[in-house]
Amino acid sequence: MTVPLEACTALPEQRFRITRADLVRYAGASGDRNPIHWSDRVARSVGLPGVIAHGMLTMALAARAVDTWAGGPGRIRELGCKFTKPVVVPDDGEGATLIVGGTVQEVTDDVVRITLDVRCAGEKVLGMPKAVLARG
Amino acid sequence: MAVDPSLAGRSFPPTPPYQVTRERIAEFAAATGSTYDGGPAPATFPIVVAFGAMTALMEDPSVGIELHHVVHGEQRFGYTRPVVAGDELTATLTVDTLRQLGGADIIGTRSEIVDAAGQPVCTAYATLVHKGEQP
Repeated sequence: MTVPLEACTALPEQRFRITRADLVRYAGASGDRNPIHWSDRVARSVGLPGVIAHGMLTMALAARAVDTWAGGPGRIRELGCKFTKPVVVPDDGEGATLIVGGTVQEVTDDVVRITLDVRCAGEKVLGMPKAVLARG
Repeated sequence: MAVDPSLAGRSFPPTPPYQVTRERIAEFAAATGSTYDGGPAPATFPIVVAFGAMTALMEDPSVGIELHHVVHGEQRFGYTRPVVAGDELTATLTVDTLRQLGGADIIGTRSEIVDAAGQPVCTAYATLVHKGEQP
């Protein structure tokens, strides 16, 4: 396992870009075709500043960061977060950038507990994101 | 329209079996910026199956949810094992909790995802926030 087995260790920050094209791809792959993720008109009609990313896409990218720290997929035993702030994705080819950081919180004989920090434009977008990884 | 108060504790029928193919996993992995190497599916892949169960809840006319007023508030997964290609998965959703907060219904759901043998794979907990009509 590549995650350092010591509590309080900060994990290397990872960055992910989300563009409108990514939202279309995620809508197709996940089956979540809610128009707030592709139509500015509908997004604004429900009080959003514009099209926002699927919360589950943001969570998927956070999970990817965890997999990278863990050295590959398949070790996550628990994963959870609240969706506290929308990730607005402008239609400008640049999109939005997510920054995922993490800290090892606890190491037991069986698992490693990690708290995450997921931000976009300087603001936390996930509430209490955390993951539990199997050791070994 | 408020959500039916007797919803708490109610279980819904299992979703139709979902065939997990290599193509499905590869498509999901690509959509989240990673590549599929033939091993475990990405950790959030089971949302595809849970989403079917959540949609059935939200579209059930007896429940009283208006789809356009629903926000995904929280998501948690507990895994017994990773999802792999060849799995046939079904999700059975139960409404664990229902409470009102500031004019919104906070619906706590749990979807038990099992394989073709009925063995547990993953439990997906979703909190749905149903905002009532503004006066």
